[in-house]
Amino acid sequence: MRLALSNKIILYLLLTLSAVILFLPILFAFFMSFMGSQDALLGKILPSHWTLENYEEAFRRLPLLRFLFNSVLISLMIMIGQLIFSSLAAYAFVFLKFKGRETLFFLFVATMMIPFEASIIPNFQTIKALNLIDTYPGLALPFLATAFGTFLLRQTFKQIPIELREASEIAGKGHFKFYLTVVLPIAKSSLVTLGIYSFLSAWNMYLWPLLSTTNDQVRTVQIGLKELQSQEQVNQWGVVMAGAMVVAIPTLILLFIGQKKLQKGLAEGALK
Amino acid sequence: MITEEVMPLNYTEPIEFGKAKRKQRRKILLKGLLFLAPSIILFSIFVFYPMIRTIYLSFFLTNQAGATTVYVGLQNYMDIFTSPIFLKSLKSTFLFVLYTLPGTIILSLFLAVIANEKLKGIDFFRMIFSSSMGVSVAAASVFWMFLFHPSIGFINRGLAALGIAKIGWLTDPHWALLSVSISTIWMNIGFTFLILLGGLQSIDSHLYESAAIDGAGYFYKLRRITLPMLSPTLFFVMTVSVINAFQTFGQIDMLTKGGPSNETNLIVYGIYREAFVNYQYGSASAEAIILFIIILIMTLVQFKVGERKVHYQ
Repeated sequence: MRLALSNKIILYLLLTLSAVILFLPILFAFFMSFMGSQDALLGKILPSHWTLENYEEAFRRLPLLRFLFNSVLISLMIMIGQLIFSSLAAYAFVFLKFKGRETLFFLFVATMMIPFEASIIPNFQTIKALNLIDTYPGLALPFLATAFGTFLLRQTFKQIPIELREASEIAGKGHFKFYLTVVLPIAKSSLVTLGIYSFLSAWNMYLWPLLSTTNDQVRTVQIGLKELQSQEQVNQWGVVMAGAMVVAIPTLILLFIGQKKLQKGLAEGALK
Repeated sequence: MITEEVMPLNYTEPIEFGKAKRKQRRKILLKGLLFLAPSIILFSIFVFYPMIRTIYLSFFLTNQAGATTVYVGLQNYMDIFTSPIFLKSLKSTFLFVLYTLPGTIILSLFLAVIANEKLKGIDFFRMIFSSSMGVSVAAASVFWMFLFHPSIGFINRGLAALGIAKIGWLTDPHWALLSVSISTIWMNIGFTFLILLGGLQSIDSHLYESAAIDGAGYFYKLRRITLPMLSPTLFFVMTVSVINAFQTFGQIDMLTKGGPSNETNLIVYGIYREAFVNYQYGSASAEAIILFIIILIMTLVQFKVGERKVHYQ
């Protein structure tokens, strides 16, 4: 669509205005994390002098590095688990025709109707009974399988021509080899999309890490931020904001890198 | 099988063939189950079993350790539906949906429409508009907690500049739920915008071109092409937003802890408190079942209406 110059100007104005308003909460927090406590109390938007004190203080008060490490590890575990298990399941739903497949597919659909929040009590008891409270597997296990991921990949796998499977069958390749050497490379882009999405969601988890961790050894950075905030004293907003920046910046960067892929992939997955 | 070759062909062939086919079919079934096994096992342990167990627990009283003690039938359900706290939390949750849904959808749609034009630098704006998706609920809550701060928060400072008295955004029962809703809309915009933008971009550009030839104006095209073609995506984000609203927990825990006077005690926060603060697993499970039923209905509506009412290209 070609736009007249006047329309273009209006559009840029709207875009800029919206961007500023939307980004203000992040921007305020960003500046505040670099200002002394006096500035914050005086209601300054920009620091009168830039300082790293708040970051030093945040890392002194809490083992933030440890929390960051935990979050990265758990998010990676969940991401890798979801990629492997949902691609395997999606493969079966596309390339293996067997009796009862429709029933199993319905089972996958059904999991989307059961919110994790509604089944949190038995899950907590299970993890406790397995002695997995305060462990990485305890944090990650309930999230390794994903119906959403399976549907997303199923859509992609469906577009792979069946002739490819027939050819590889003639060449004597089994299903697993075909999955590994043909299907996964073709679906690389969707796998990256799902990977970004599952890493983001895992990194941002709140309720489960809150329940399934009791000490700083395995705690994630989100719960760390909650701790930091609950210790907040009136004049220490800068420290809390520094902590929030440490939590938010890794995923913001990941989002900015993967935004195009996510937008395409999620729209496809959403519309099936 | 080689030894059987001596038998008359017309006799063995159909049977052998059938056998081989059956064997082949069994092999594929086995393969399929093998590929699906990890997901099925995980779903059984962490989705289906807990669901059944929650139903079971909802008929019992439990002790501190969470073990069942007395079977009480439907008593837990009768209790929660006469409990003013639970009824209030249901009401708050529905209000919360009402506050967050239109705001999220309208703002995200507006952003998606203006970000859908091919302009220089549009990628930068798209990045900014989707940014809240990359901000966790904990971090976003901290940002908004500051904005809502009664004395040094920028919202009250802005109001003071206009000569309006301070508002206790998160501490005043009249404002708390609305404040949490505003921060939630901000948190939701990133994801909703991204999905809607994806939906807009998949609309066939020929539709716009032929409308332009007919001399259709901007808003005519928006109403007659964009919105109808976008309806499946719109419907999807609406359902997802409603379901997310029913599952809200993090911002409540960070911003208000359910207060003031239970104004923001949304259903999941209520379940959490009942189970892990009061150790009433039985009634907490009954509340969880109510949550499950609400979300089940929402999902079914999405599947049913989504199939029927919506334009497909």
